Amino acid sequence: MSAHWASQLVLLPILLPLLCGSLLILVDERRHRLKIAINLGSALGLLLIAALLMRTTDTVDGHIAIHLAANWPAPFGIALVADRLSAVMLLLTSLLALASLIFSSSLWSRVGVHFHPLFQFLLMGINGAFLTGDIFNLFVFFEVMLAASYGLLLYSYNTPRIRAGMQYIAINLVCSFFFLIGVALIYSAAGTLNMADLAVQIRGLEAADRQLLEIGTAILAIAFLTKSAAWPFCFWLPTTYATASPPVAAMLVLMTKVGVYVLLRLWLLVFSADAAESSGFGGNAMLWCGLATLTFGSIGLLASQELGRMAAYSAIISSGTLLAAIGYGQPSLVGAALFYLISSTLAVAALLLLVELIERVRNPGAAMLALTMEAFAVEDAPGESAGVAIPAAMAFLGLSFVACALIITGLPPLSGFVAKFGLLHALLNTPQETVADGFADLSPLAWGLLALVIISGLVGIIALMRFGVRTFWAAGSTTVPRLQISEAAAVSSLLLLCVLITVQAAPVRAYLERTSEALHRPHLYVDRVLSAPATPHQEEHHP
Amino acid sequence: METVIAMAIGVLFGSGVWLILRPRSFQVIMGLMLLSYAVNLFLFISGGLAVDKAPIVDGADIDPSLYTDPLPQALVLTAIVIGFATTALYLVVAIGSRGLTGTDHVDGKEPKS
Repeated sequence: MSAHWASQLVLLPILLPLLCGSLLILVDERRHRLKIAINLGSALGLLLIAALLMRTTDTVDGHIAIHLAANWPAPFGIALVADRLSAVMLLLTSLLALASLIFSSSLWSRVGVHFHPLFQFLLMGINGAFLTGDIFNLFVFFEVMLAASYGLLLYSYNTPRIRAGMQYIAINLVCSFFFLIGVALIYSAAGTLNMADLAVQIRGLEAADRQLLEIGTAILAIAFLTKSAAWPFCFWLPTTYATASPPVAAMLVLMTKVGVYVLLRLWLLVFSADAAESSGFGGNAMLWCGLATLTFGSIGLLASQELGRMAAYSAIISSGTLLAAIGYGQPSLVGAALFYLISSTLAVAALLLLVELIERVRNPGAAMLALTMEAFAVEDAPGESAGVAIPAAMAFLGLSFVACALIITGLPPLSGFVAKFGLLHALLNTPQETVADGFADLSPLAWGLLALVIISGLVGIIALMRFGVRTFWAAGSTTVPRLQISEAAAVSSLLLLCVLITVQAAPVRAYLERTSEALHRPHLYVDRVLSAPATPHQEEHHP
Repeated sequence: METVIAMAIGVLFGSGVWLILRPRSFQVIMGLMLLSYAVNLFLFISGGLAVDKAPIVDGADIDPSLYTDPLPQALVLTAIVIGFATTALYLVVAIGSRGLTGTDHVDGKEPKS
């Protein structure tokens, strides 16, 4: 019975936002409170479901909740699969969604139309991408996610947003074509698109088919690398992030992590040790790609002047670190990388939310907002009258900015330090070196990765400190900005989460280690998915 | 027949790539359309080319070689719908961009010459 319910639970993170999003279209645009209530309710529901899924999947034998769509057994139908990795990503999504919604509730959700339904559809696409066990279905969820993100990026549109949107949409459309080409090649080589079945089929492929499959996955990887903003596919990202409205930009940070998630999942599943000659295919490319991304992000961070672009380059650095850590191909590193993923996503999202608040220090008129309100002829001007301005706004902004900077650069005492320390610790303790006198036999590549991770932190300190000094200390005439409680609450809740995972680092790390172990034993995942029983027909019970 | 299809896909894809590198948004949209045709055709033939064969398998004791693979057809149908919808959305954004910036250049401003 409980297994049955767990399998139904897997469907909910997709169904709930779909239904709420459809409902929100019908609600009149002027009823802000109702819309926000529905949206927040849905996000809270998703948080609850994600926590439940986390509990059901975190058992000793690594239980995996599987929902067979339309009751078709695994290689034929679409399977929705929730394991530890999916559950933790779902949790991260719902937390970020909640923070971003709370942030938008006082001001941003009122300056345009259709914010709430698009937000729900974005959540549906992201959740679906985390849960699906089928490559073509992944394409469909990616498109749902992207279509919603196009709408959200252009939300409360003005000229810079539409310029960024033109590039963002064109790049993602081309990227989807690469996705489809990859899917076609994989299907013609292996005859299956189910991820678990693909991991089985790859063992017995002929040389020609194997080559075709490898080409297919490489082209597929281009699509995911573009999403995760790996160099040289990342030039769209800084402009897009810097121009998107703050709550949307916070969600966009998560979208780069969707690309990283898919690479992690597919690569470890399909090109595992069981995959005969193809084992570990492309790992080196991913590592080099990650290193190049790290370098590019660091240089970009140093060169940028606006905080929005700085946050965007921090997101690129985070992607680069993750890709390099995954591509390095060492199980203990993946656990550390997952911790880094959570910490850096929360911090970069918080920084992107802060961008607009800090902008109010320099430019109290908020010219950008005024323009969009004019374009949409929004009647009741929100802002000054709505909500209560909190006291000590400058102190709050400064402290939040410092906290974000500490986490992003990986300085103690916050979670960024724990994350980077974990990465370096895992790198220095490669399992093969048993000799006591240390790490002399580390490969040059490992040293390169180590150095780049540390240098990117240093660069982050320089760039963010320069900005902080200029804004908070050296600015000539600052006006104390008006902050709404909801805006401050959203930023501080994200930062509190970072504090929480720092304080509770041991259980969180242990959970992520278990996640990483399960990822490195893909045969369990494959067996579970392929042997998931279809629910028997009810006819037997009829007289 | 393989040669003809391969050439058709190649020509469509090549023209598409050339067009999306052009500076005007209309050209980019045409390029995206051509690319999507090429990709859809490519997806369509991924199950192998077959003439005069039904895609639906009915009954248990049948020879699969008499039927064509139904899955790529289902995939391509989905891909066409999604590709069409997103390209239409891009068209709307391009029109919006034309209205706001007064130019149909993809950068939203004319290059300084």
